[in-house]
Amino acid sequence: MEFNILVLCYLIGSVTFILGLKMLSNPASARKGNLVAAAGMFTAILGTIFLYEEGGVKLGNYGWIFSALVIGSVVGTLMAKRVQMTAMPEMVSLFNGMGGACAALISVIEFRHLIHGFDPATYAGNGYTFFSSLDGTTMVIIFLGLIIGSVSFSGSMIAWGKLNGKLKDFAFPGQHIINLVILVLNLAIAAFIIVARPEETPLFFYAIILLSLLYGVFFVLPIGGADMPVVISLLNSFTGVAAACGGFLYDNKVMLTGGILVGAAGTLLTMLMCKAMNRSLSNVLIGSFGGGNAAVGGAGPQGGTYKEISLSDAAVVMSYANKVMIVPGYGLAVAQAQHVCHELEKTLEAKGVEVKYAIHPVAGRMPGHMNVLLAEADVSYEKLLEMEIANEEFKTSDVVLILGANDVVNPAAKSDPSSPIYGMPILEVEQAKHVIVNKRSMKPGYAGIENQLFFQPKTSMLFGDAKKALQDLLAEIRSI
Amino acid sequence: MEQLLNWITAHQEMAYIVILMIFVGIEIIGKVPSVLHTPLMSGANAIHGVVIIGAIIVMGKAEEGNVPALVLGFIAVILGTLNVVGGFVVTDRMLEMFKKKK
Repeated sequence: MEFNILVLCYLIGSVTFILGLKMLSNPASARKGNLVAAAGMFTAILGTIFLYEEGGVKLGNYGWIFSALVIGSVVGTLMAKRVQMTAMPEMVSLFNGMGGACAALISVIEFRHLIHGFDPATYAGNGYTFFSSLDGTTMVIIFLGLIIGSVSFSGSMIAWGKLNGKLKDFAFPGQHIINLVILVLNLAIAAFIIVARPEETPLFFYAIILLSLLYGVFFVLPIGGADMPVVISLLNSFTGVAAACGGFLYDNKVMLTGGILVGAAGTLLTMLMCKAMNRSLSNVLIGSFGGGNAAVGGAGPQGGTYKEISLSDAAVVMSYANKVMIVPGYGLAVAQAQHVCHELEKTLEAKGVEVKYAIHPVAGRMPGHMNVLLAEADVSYEKLLEMEIANEEFKTSDVVLILGANDVVNPAAKSDPSSPIYGMPILEVEQAKHVIVNKRSMKPGYAGIENQLFFQPKTSMLFGDAKKALQDLLAEIRSI
Repeated sequence: MEQLLNWITAHQEMAYIVILMIFVGIEIIGKVPSVLHTPLMSGANAIHGVVIIGAIIVMGKAEEGNVPALVLGFIAVILGTLNVVGGFVVTDRMLEMFKKKK
């Protein structure tokens, strides 16, 4: 009877994962979807602790298990609640790494069981064949879980460091060959252990762990910070597959469904993110994005002269405009100026100016970054326009105010085939009458390239930290 | 090869589950607005925390004196819990901001 309840728990868990993920893909039901999945997870975990049994023996070590659960829950909740909105992407990467490491550790422990001897009587029954017969398939699963989990762990840690700003892009010649060699060597050793079962297996095992960790590091290290979201999504699906490996190992259906679901969904999501940037996945993974070694593209005249606009002039031109479009970017997030931005919007609207926001799919550091930022400032959802719709509106806009966005409004994406961002759809702000660009300085954005928009006749620069600039601008507008 | 085929035959349901879940995963993600890419990724991140169940099983089966298994298992459960709890809380925070203000 108890085993049947456990089966029910796992069934519920699997269904909630599917349902929850489906609900997460729709804005109206997204929040509930998250709760649904969490409830299912909780059910599956509790069921496992109290109802799981093997050969008639339930799980022990409750003290250890519960203390670990408590520690993890407390620390996890604190970390997740305290982090700033702009640091969310890093947290996703960090927690992903934790999952990967967990999967890898499971493989390590099971492998230790395999080679250090065990009491077969304890593991008889319940269809557990892998202890009684060291069959190759089981070892393949253990190794897969280990390798994928480790790669995901180290890769996610590097991604976390990069988004944190603690790690710089690091590329060296021949790195992709070296990484390929590491991978091939890794798989070769694994195959060797499975086939030959040599005496020095433990040594080779540690070699696999090391090589996998190295591979993860070198996989992510050269990739540009702006591409991190794509990489994190890919690593996310890796961890899903590693979790599924655990499911194979224990004939555990809920781990299998959750793992494969995330593996498949995560892979497709990665493809979708690439499409939004109009770059192929291989381009993201292999092409270093304007790093130190690659010659920064962009034939043709760089730079030129730019105009600056004074606060009072900017205030005037915006107050007497019919329509103002705001293009938020990473600079807005860094300055935490979203609330002031909303104030500006409200003040302008009170003066009869129509204000809308143009959101580029990869503005900021994550898809949806700007939406989250502006929603935090209570900006109405309807004012946030997707790129295609926004591009139509620019033609009838008097002023475009660009707040810390750079690459997403860089015309080189359309005109310069040698540019690293060539082909990426951009916000066509030059169609408006005036373009005001707020940046801290003339330094390039994440892509590391010049932006000809700044030197065009319709554009003027408003230098300063986004928050300060907006506050000053707001004061000027209010005094009109 | 034959070993692999035998294994698949012995675990047919798992093969079906894998194939079906792949289709389900792809179907679900089909029409996601780009604004939800990040919360969705975060939610999926939390869901793959289901790997914690494997860690719990491993910990629960560890014998009394097996210190390495106990310690590693302990760490594994902590890591898995971080993934699950942290993942769901972060996703919730991201989605909180999407509430329509009336």
